Amino acid sequence: MPDRFIYLDHNATTPLHPEVKITINEMLDIYGNPSSLHTVGRIARHKIEQAREIVANFIGAAPDEIIFVGSGSEANNTVLNSLSCPSQVCRLERNLRDEIITTAIEHPCVLETSKCLRERGTTVNYLPVDATGKVKLEVLKELLTEKTALVSVMYANNEIGTIQDIKTIIEMTHSQGAFFHTDAVQAVGKIPVDIKDLDVDFLTFSAHKIYGPKGVGALYVKRGTPFCPLIRGGHQERGRRAGTENTIGIVAFAKAIEMRKLEMSDEAERLRRFKKMLIDGIKYNIPDVQFNGHPTDALPGTLNVSFAGAEGESILLYLDLEGIGVSTGSACASGSLDPSHVILATGVGAELAHGSIRISMGRENTSNDIYYTVSALERVVKKVRDMSTTYQRKSV
Amino acid sequence: MSDQSGWLYSEIVKEHFMNPRNILWDNEDFAADGVGITGNIKCGDEMQFLIQVDKQKGIITDCRWRTYGCASAIASTSVLSEMVKGMKLEDAYRLTPKDVVKNLGSLPEHKIHCSVLGDKALRAAIDDYYRRNGMFDKIKHEEARVICQCMNVTDHEIEEAVLEGARTYLELQERTKLGTVCGQCQEEATALLKKYIEKHFGDNRK
Repeated sequence: MPDRFIYLDHNATTPLHPEVKITINEMLDIYGNPSSLHTVGRIARHKIEQAREIVANFIGAAPDEIIFVGSGSEANNTVLNSLSCPSQVCRLERNLRDEIITTAIEHPCVLETSKCLRERGTTVNYLPVDATGKVKLEVLKELLTEKTALVSVMYANNEIGTIQDIKTIIEMTHSQGAFFHTDAVQAVGKIPVDIKDLDVDFLTFSAHKIYGPKGVGALYVKRGTPFCPLIRGGHQERGRRAGTENTIGIVAFAKAIEMRKLEMSDEAERLRRFKKMLIDGIKYNIPDVQFNGHPTDALPGTLNVSFAGAEGESILLYLDLEGIGVSTGSACASGSLDPSHVILATGVGAELAHGSIRISMGRENTSNDIYYTVSALERVVKKVRDMSTTYQRKSV
Repeated sequence: MSDQSGWLYSEIVKEHFMNPRNILWDNEDFAADGVGITGNIKCGDEMQFLIQVDKQKGIITDCRWRTYGCASAIASTSVLSEMVKGMKLEDAYRLTPKDVVKNLGSLPEHKIHCSVLGDKALRAAIDDYYRRNGMFDKIKHEEARVICQCMNVTDHEIEEAVLEGARTYLELQERTKLGTVCGQCQEEATALLKKYIEKHFGDNRK
């Protein structure tokens, strides 16, 4: 048993960067309402605008293109909901456009919102993915018409780490005159994302996936793009997101991003090495495994692996008892009865989907963590398989 | 649902999960007098239960089980396997998930579904024993009865839906699609809904 908990669930959330903790501490006395005109208010306002510049600059945007929101989910909800707004000012529809295209592997905050849009009369089409999790571009080509208002495709997948060919998808979308949104919560701060290169219309990202605090995210909206606020009733964020600003969270978000600038590229290289160690270690020590996702176009620190005959929640909880935190695509862990929609969408069968484990590494992980994890996995998977009905060498 | 140690369920669940009793490990020989299997790998869980029976006394003397299942399936079946040893076949047959959960301390509602596998597999094993010994009159066929004729939904499916979380007629409809055509079965389905909620969750409600 290691002397500390080995956290391998960074795609769920990350610990605060030590520098971010310092910033939060320093910010605790900045209590002013940024909308107040007096000195205390102006101090808070100044901090927020400084933060906005840092955040905007990191993805190559202008400060007035960044809206601070409460989470990645809120940002995604905001974009999709624009579609059903009856006002000519905010709706994304151009003329008779009322269709939306998204993918089968989006985060639930996109899938559930689009389901709701469908009930409100919007046509929603879901792009299938291939075995590696890449969106099938030929289907996108077919579905894109003069009726398409918005295409929303996640940049990098949270469960299997597959990175989409976003640039191509944006070009295809724009050539049909539709708007493009990407949920880049798992990408920004992990891999280079540059808006000047992408020409995206909307882009969602979040603080807590990159060692910032929970409860703060950002939505990039390209200048001149129609916009419909989800939360109304205040002039904050230039009228685009009402509610007194989360000053501490926003400033801490900017600090997390400053640290990303310094650490991201070395960390990505390290995590790629760790991932290779994991893959080799698992392949060498555990039979009947399958790696899910794309072999190369994937997040550096994300590895998704299925163990035949071993149920995922059991693996997760036995690993927890060994001091290791991972996540699973098994139904049992989610409270529903269906295994991961992402893994199923890649064509993996139900059994291997229930037996999938996601290992998502981050900045504080060491090579020792990886060695220990491989050995713990070997023990745990053997134990779970030894008591399994479906992984037997002997029948009764 | 969560205790001080942060463990998902209770300490008893944790203990049984860590050290499951009466598992048929892969290398063990166990001469079973009855074998039952239930569940489906596609739904993410499968359970096999094996019993040895004292034929004179009609008592379960020993048992083994194995599963492709989650922590609550493992813990609840481990508890069940301790309960049935020394038990008369008829009494073991009557055990319900509620009896098992009582001995486990508690389980979150959405995990009750996983805990029913053990006693289902046990009943299948007892039936298998009866079958092997020509005691066909003792086998209680739990045959499904169609409640909604239009959508072909059985009472078993209604019970499943309750275990999966349906608490109202609307939720039942959402899950099973029953009563969505002619609607004649609403009264009977509502009564069954009540019955199964009481059966599985009656005592555990706080």
